[in-house]
Amino acid sequence: MARFTKKQSKGSPGINTASLPDIIFMLLFFFMVTTVMRETTLFVKISPPMATEAQKLEKKSLVSYIYIGPPMKVQFGTESRIQLNDRFATVDDIQEFIASERESHDEADKKFLTTSLKVDKNTKMGVVTDVKQELRQVGAFKVNYSTLKKSKKQ
Amino acid sequence: MARRALNEINAGSMADIAFLLLIFFLVTTTMDVDTGITRKLPPPLDPEIEPPPVKDRNIFNILINSSDRLQVEGKEGSIYTLREEAKEFLSNPYNREDLPEKNIKEIEGLGEYPVSKGIISLKNDRGTSYDMYIQVQNELAAAILELRDELSIQKFGMRYKKLFNETQIKAIRKAIPMSISEAEPENVGGN
Repeated sequence: MARFTKKQSKGSPGINTASLPDIIFMLLFFFMVTTVMRETTLFVKISPPMATEAQKLEKKSLVSYIYIGPPMKVQFGTESRIQLNDRFATVDDIQEFIASERESHDEADKKFLTTSLKVDKNTKMGVVTDVKQELRQVGAFKVNYSTLKKSKKQ
Repeated sequence: MARRALNEINAGSMADIAFLLLIFFLVTTTMDVDTGITRKLPPPLDPEIEPPPVKDRNIFNILINSSDRLQVEGKEGSIYTLREEAKEFLSNPYNREDLPEKNIKEIEGLGEYPVSKGIISLKNDRGTSYDMYIQVQNELAAAILELRDELSIQKFGMRYKKLFNETQIKAIRKAIPMSISEAEPENVGGN
């Protein structure tokens, strides 16, 4: 009996922090797996339009992006311009861009390649139509118009 | 005494290292999911082959001009009524003479079903804003999805998006095809 009283008088022991690294590692691995590094720096401002029927874009590794929007820096003008990878481009560069995107994928994946058009909502359709014509010429038929999901009013 | 010291590695700083890495990934991570409307572009036209003639009653004309106004079937239209109009055109519930014909087809999993021959033709100007174009595409996609939903509930008892059976999904797709055609670009209305 005397033994028990002695132990209690020591006060509460410190919390065991040995498992703290494990918890942190768990979180760390979660973020490492889910993280997607941004590959390109955007030179154009893009605020996508809203749509209720937007669907998720699957298989991100098979998607090539074309950005169209007004440049961030005023000295490049205010008209919408096309950005491919890390630089401004013209409509004529698209065929080459798609060809190089195809090169970098397996033969089996080629028919699943999708082109995602990230276009600012104030862009005129003229540029977009030109881009679409180029895509048709080069045979990249699957396109995805990037939009934000808007909830349905019902 | 020396032996005991060797056996234990001080793991106190492990948490700090892990925290550092964790914060790095927390900052660089982007959780955005890409969403969008997926469409299939038609292959380029062969100039030598004449496009097959389509009866007037089978085409639903939508034009968007450079100031984002709609013309639907020759009359001024509105984005708010477009969905209903497209639905009525594609389903033709009362078999009206001026709405598209139907083609009885044998579909696996559905049996015989009258598939509409209707085609929605969308034409826009170079000066149309992208926002308006997407709104119209969205309304048309919604119209087709609603029709598919209706048929799916009637035949299989659940919404089209909830279907998991490949044959059923294919059957619904065949019964109500995504028949949106985009006209060859032309500079109409000037800008």
